Amino acid sequence: MPTYAALIYTPAEMEGQGTQEDWAAVIAEYNEFGEKAGAAGVVAGGEALQDTATATTIHVKGGKGGELITTDGPFAETNEVLGGFYLLKCADLDEAVQWAAQIPGAWHGRVEVRPIIEWSEGE
Amino acid sequence: MTVDEIVRIEGGRVLATLIRLTGDFGLAEDVLQDAVVVALEQWNRSGPPDNPAAWLTTVARNKALDRLRRESRRSHKETEAFQMLADPPDPPRGDDRLRLIFTCCHPALAPASRVALTLRTIGGLTTTEIARSFLVAEATMGQRISRAKRKIAVARIPYRVPAPHELPDRLPAVLAVVYLIFTTGHHAPEGRLDARVDLAAEAIRLGRLLVELMPDEAECRGLLALMLATHARHLARLDAAGDLVLMADQDRTRWDHSAIAEAAEIVDRVLPRRMVGPFQIQAAIACLHGLADSDATTDWKQIVDLYRRLEQIAPSPVVRVNRAVAEARVFGPEAGLVLLERTDGVEHWHLYWATLAALSRQAGRIDEAARAYRSALDCEMNDSDRRFLQEQLLSLYGPDQPAPAVR
Repeated sequence: MPTYAALIYTPAEMEGQGTQEDWAAVIAEYNEFGEKAGAAGVVAGGEALQDTATATTIHVKGGKGGELITTDGPFAETNEVLGGFYLLKCADLDEAVQWAAQIPGAWHGRVEVRPIIEWSEGE
Repeated sequence: MTVDEIVRIEGGRVLATLIRLTGDFGLAEDVLQDAVVVALEQWNRSGPPDNPAAWLTTVARNKALDRLRRESRRSHKETEAFQMLADPPDPPRGDDRLRLIFTCCHPALAPASRVALTLRTIGGLTTTEIARSFLVAEATMGQRISRAKRKIAVARIPYRVPAPHELPDRLPAVLAVVYLIFTTGHHAPEGRLDARVDLAAEAIRLGRLLVELMPDEAECRGLLALMLATHARHLARLDAAGDLVLMADQDRTRWDHSAIAEAAEIVDRVLPRRMVGPFQIQAAIACLHGLADSDATTDWKQIVDLYRRLEQIAPSPVVRVNRAVAEARVFGPEAGLVLLERTDGVEHWHLYWATLAALSRQAGRIDEAARAYRSALDCEMNDSDRRFLQEQLLSLYGPDQPAPAVR
């Protein structure tokens, strides 16, 4: 069965905003999704990321073995930031979309669904 | 029927079945192409078989098995395809094409790709033909089609007809694709107005197919009726010199009255079902025009009512402009102009400006009409429309007046 990454993007201005209660409400929503999708055997993995203020971007300039350049912050300053992801095992895109639509990030921001590359033996 | 025609008509049906059998868009297209080469040779020599679709399917299926056998290194997917093909041969089925249409019109594909894929797979048009129809470079269209096919394969867009509860979400995209194909054919984006009339005929064929495959869907019938009643007028739209003739001035004996009668019968049967949607309402309007003896005896009052209902359920700038024309006929040009003033997102649409110009002229506001005709002429349009609008602009001022500049 194919695996899809559901990448959760939320508006940058929401990062670190909101009260303790707001945060708890969002966590409760994610727990609800996790229980439901987990019970259905759909979730094959997933993590939530710390906010982009903790991000470090790395680039090796001039090819392999070249100069290491580290920069504070995310790779691209965008209006929506990657906040976490799930790996979903689904029969097809319709099923993946159906589950992704139940991830709280779908209404707090956007969820991008992408198939992961399945490396078959010998390749 | 020539062998080419048979291949074109049966091709979509056979391709749909091959995609079901192989589960692979690209492989299905390749082996169909191989089978067509064999068919052209054999049929031209000894005539087509009784059942060309079954013949093509069998030959293509064997070609697919050959190809898979020859592949020394088989990926998982090809093994799957091999197993599907090795099952006893299965004749083409109507629901294969329905599945294919829903796959081609899947919401996860870009709207432009949906149109292209549908024309390519169901309509049997070549990439070159599709590119020309939509004013896109052939390479661009080729890329668009192959990207879409790759997404279907890699993201696993399912090859299935949506469940009944999903249809309300999924059917409108299918109908929109067919209608876009129709409007592009009916009103060519460049060249003469009727330069792509073959696309309109293709869309009607697709519309008939949708009705055949989903007989209970009222909007499928509404779309077919709308296309029939609209297409019925196409021969009367240009005069002997190739100049545009407005509906009011058209020679109605040149309308296809049997097509109009078919459309009217569909509308009469489908409206009482009370599953009214935008295509049924537009079909009803097209039938009112089609059944009228003249512009003067057209039931404009009812047309106004229908446009008001249409705008309630499916508001759009196109509906607003058409409604304005009808309201102007019943209540005078000012009533139409008021509606046009509050229309957004139309600055690049020449027919908005042309309508504004015509109503301004009727209201006696000649300078405003001239400005609107100039704005219309700044838009992209086909040659027939452009020549018509240029002449309208020139005719605004009498022979004693200085002629306005035409761009």
